[in-house]
Amino acid sequence: MSTAEKKQGLGKVFMNGILDENPTFRLVLGTCPTLATTTSATNGFGMGLSVTFVLLCSNIVISLLRKFIPDKVRIPSFIVVIAAFVTILKLLLQAYVPSLYSSLGIFLPLIVVNCIILARAEAFASKHPVVESAVDGLGMGLGFTIALTLIGSIREILGSGSIFGIGIFGDSFEPMLILVLASGGFLSYGILLGIINAITNHNRKAKLEKGEN
Amino acid sequence: MSLILSSAPHIRTGNTTARLMGNVLIALAPCAAAGVYFFGLRAAIVLAVSTASAVLAEFVWQKLARQKVRISDLSAAVTGLLIGLIVSPTVPWWTVMIGSFFAIIVVKQLFGGVGDNFLNPALAARAVLLASWPTRLTSHPAVGFNVVDTASSATPLASMKGISLNDLLFGQVGGAIGETCKIAILVGLLYLLITRTISWRIPVITVGSAFLFNLAVSGSLNDSITCILSGGLLFGAVFMATDYATSPMQSYAQTIYSVLIGVITVVIRRWGVYPEGVTYAILIANIVAPLLDRFIPQKIYGVTGKKKEVKA
Repeated sequence: MSTAEKKQGLGKVFMNGILDENPTFRLVLGTCPTLATTTSATNGFGMGLSVTFVLLCSNIVISLLRKFIPDKVRIPSFIVVIAAFVTILKLLLQAYVPSLYSSLGIFLPLIVVNCIILARAEAFASKHPVVESAVDGLGMGLGFTIALTLIGSIREILGSGSIFGIGIFGDSFEPMLILVLASGGFLSYGILLGIINAITNHNRKAKLEKGEN
Repeated sequence: MSLILSSAPHIRTGNTTARLMGNVLIALAPCAAAGVYFFGLRAAIVLAVSTASAVLAEFVWQKLARQKVRISDLSAAVTGLLIGLIVSPTVPWWTVMIGSFFAIIVVKQLFGGVGDNFLNPALAARAVLLASWPTRLTSHPAVGFNVVDTASSATPLASMKGISLNDLLFGQVGGAIGETCKIAILVGLLYLLITRTISWRIPVITVGSAFLFNLAVSGSLNDSITCILSGGLLFGAVFMATDYATSPMQSYAQTIYSVLIGVITVVIRRWGVYPEGVTYAILIANIVAPLLDRFIPQKIYGVTGKKKEVKA
């Protein structure tokens, strides 16, 4: 494989996580943290970056160990690796970003059982070399971060009248409280998912028609 | 003589969606009139905004989705008017506007339009508004004719004690625009029954089961009569629970559905954190309705209850 080809391949792996197989909008994985931590743009962004960190590290380590891990015990082995990085992350956040640590709460340790991370370990990192696995982890993590920040921004703008904690509408704006409640998470996630599906279907149809002509 | 081949049904009534919805609009007219009479111009503005924005939302959505524009079937107008009638007369106009948009676009059109919605759009909109602006929705103007700007009670049901049954019946109490005057609701019910737009089953069983359940747990006849005459129970039982798309189709299922609404309403009122439970009771029953239709054996036309012995 020449270097040019390899580069293109890596770019594709990277973009795959952000667009075609976006974990939140295309694969619909990790919905629990998606719904629970997107009450504000900051929380969504923080959760996204946390998952990106764990995903990147676990993908690298699992890819390195892929020939040593026996097939029968691969899931427990993956979990041990992931849990180690989650513990590191938890201690780091607690020490340096205590506000984010307290607002993410239980969902931080729950990254251990986040299905995006396990799914990438199972479907990608355990079958691919280190560099590709790292790029895949980074792409998937950033895709997740972008999605969570988007949902968090929408919920924060309409539900609290601010973005990243900065008020934007002034005092006369009465925020739509439901969006920062749990039901608002389901509503905004569902509607965004619908819009993105509609755009994807539209593009696919346009491509097909173009191909036929 | 020309013979036309066609599939069933061969006998049709003249009932169209537009006619049925027109009947509902006529039946709602007394409630709207009573609301405007008691709460003044402000109530009229709320009703006008809610109805107009529901129709507008339907029109814009169907244009954007390149569907046939069906605002003339009046279902959007009914939804909009219902939203106006179940909010407090003091809510700002933009609140009901958001409610109407939500009802039509999210609850109705995203699930496939008229007849395909699984929740009553007006009630779902009210639940969203209640969760979003709780103080706006629950501050009702105080009792009395056109006294809109006097001190408002927290909720009509929270301060229910000491109000005579007569006042409850004629609507001299605080509450949502359309739900206070019970006489107007009964007139609407009568019209819907005479025109056969709805059957007696759902409204009567809903109110009846709420009455009996309340009587069983409180043991007080007076308290039970107040229970069915206060809040939105009567309005919900007549105009919301009877929605075709979101209520079960078979009579047994309708009975269970109605009892469910009555009992949940009383449970929420007596033991819940909210003073009023009709909205949530009907929404919960809406979700259960398809299950009831599915698990209760269907009565098939021409088949009697007795099993016929089949000779082998």
